[in-house]
Amino acid sequence: MPYLPNTISDQQAMLDAIGVSSTDELFAMIPDALRLKRPLDLPPGMGELELTRHMTALAARNLPAGQSAGFLGGGSYDHFIPAVVDVIASRSEFYTAYTPYQPEASQGTLQAMFEYQTLITQLTGMDVSNASMYDGASAAVEAVLMALSATRRKRVAVARSVHPETRQVLETYLTNLDVAIDLVDVPEGAVVPDDAQRAVTEQTACLLVQQPNFFGCLEPMDELSRIAHAQGALLVTVVDPISLGLLKRPGEYGADLVAAEGQSLGCPMGFGGPYLGILACSEKFVRRMPGRLVGETTDRRGKRCYVLTLQTREQHIRREKATSNICTNQGLLALRASVYLALMGPQGMRQVAELCLQKTRYALEQLTAGGVLKPAFNRPVLKEFTLRAAGENAAKVVEKALAEGMLVGPSLGRWYPELDGCLLVAVTEKRTRDDIDRLASLLA
Amino acid sequence: MNPNDLRYSETHEWARVEETPNGKVATVGITAFAVELLTDLVHIELPNVGTAVQAGQPFGEVESVKSVSDLNSPVDGEVIEVNDAIVDHLETLSNDPFGEGWLVKVKIADEAGLAQLMDHAAYEAQCREHE
Repeated sequence: MPYLPNTISDQQAMLDAIGVSSTDELFAMIPDALRLKRPLDLPPGMGELELTRHMTALAARNLPAGQSAGFLGGGSYDHFIPAVVDVIASRSEFYTAYTPYQPEASQGTLQAMFEYQTLITQLTGMDVSNASMYDGASAAVEAVLMALSATRRKRVAVARSVHPETRQVLETYLTNLDVAIDLVDVPEGAVVPDDAQRAVTEQTACLLVQQPNFFGCLEPMDELSRIAHAQGALLVTVVDPISLGLLKRPGEYGADLVAAEGQSLGCPMGFGGPYLGILACSEKFVRRMPGRLVGETTDRRGKRCYVLTLQTREQHIRREKATSNICTNQGLLALRASVYLALMGPQGMRQVAELCLQKTRYALEQLTAGGVLKPAFNRPVLKEFTLRAAGENAAKVVEKALAEGMLVGPSLGRWYPELDGCLLVAVTEKRTRDDIDRLASLLA
Repeated sequence: MNPNDLRYSETHEWARVEETPNGKVATVGITAFAVELLTDLVHIELPNVGTAVQAGQPFGEVESVKSVSDLNSPVDGEVIEVNDAIVDHLETLSNDPFGEGWLVKVKIADEAGLAQLMDHAAYEAQCREHE
């Protein structure tokens, strides 16, 4: 059976309808030299059984994080996903519906998004959350764009300890805008307040900082918040949602805008995506917020119901003056995050973060005990840290672990030349003492 | 404020032009008719002092429950004063659009554009046509 199931007579019917005699005549406008005058060079078709066997064999060559001792860091983390997340998220009412935003038809979805927003505001300590964005990096950049438009300033101070790929996305977005980036260096694994002080001026729209930062280290957020606000700049924080089980919430240190990669909240690592962009802000910026926003109201019978709200910000009404080109959300993954957060509750989130902290502490001790690996920075960490491989390059350490079915890294040289020889190690609540000891005996 | 003394743009902004020691200054607002058309106002976005504005070009936005509309400057010049208080008191715009509801003051750079604005009679005629 051909992949596109149309028969010769189907084709003839279509040709007749548009009034051409043959497929060749249809493509006559394509220059002869550009036309492929033979069938595509593809292997013969497979039966279902044969194909299933073939794909299974290909898939077996992957090393899924869930089937290895995953110590992989750098933005995607192997956290435990309770079964109820899959059970609820795979209900067909949620799973198959595409952009179901009509309040008449989609109260369930809208309520789920409203609850997501509520949970995110509670987690971050912010006033407002939108119904989610595509991923953490684009959420962070949209937060910066909000700061640029709110302050009408043209400079952005960015800590070099923000995820390098987030910074790349930021550079891409800003390519054709009249906006300059001032990088704040991180000589000791975190921002030095004096450096931030120098980078943030009265022309700075915002200071972009990640907490914990890309190296796993904690940034001095209270101080950075004061520094930004003293110049009338906004503080844009990129957070790890799991860390908020223990760390101060961004709303409490005065963050104006908060973005996060929400993958850790009940979403599988999935070889890199799809992920979940979290974006929250203070109420005064709500009209500059991109994307969907669900509000609670009452219907004409006085019953509680949910609707999209503040849509005048969005493209279908505001056209080219919309707050953003992004006018949808990552509904299914936002739902997963809601189920995860609702199930964990504040106490559960604290437990997960504490387990990460304790296991990370143990792993750091064990991995550096032998002297082969050293901590790259002497800073407080939560669930991830940076190691320097003495005498051996970091890529080799990654390979050595991989050969034993353990994932560590990524190594940092490709983003930070001065940290060539360094790599990240993340330790989630899923790692056992045995996992950690095994990794240490292999590498330390 | 007497609406008869004001000049009007096609897009429902008004300007009151006055001589000051620094040259001609236009106080700019939107008309009672515009406020009525917009229905319930929920938000207004005004420029910073020092912003250069151009006749016929947007200097801000006003948002109602149904739509967002540009606020167009009736004159060329530079914003020298902004009625920031109105941002949190949009009712002022409805209650007194030609007085307390002013939006910005613009130091006029080029007076040529003033001739393009309508007087009160012409503006009233335009509004009647709209109805």
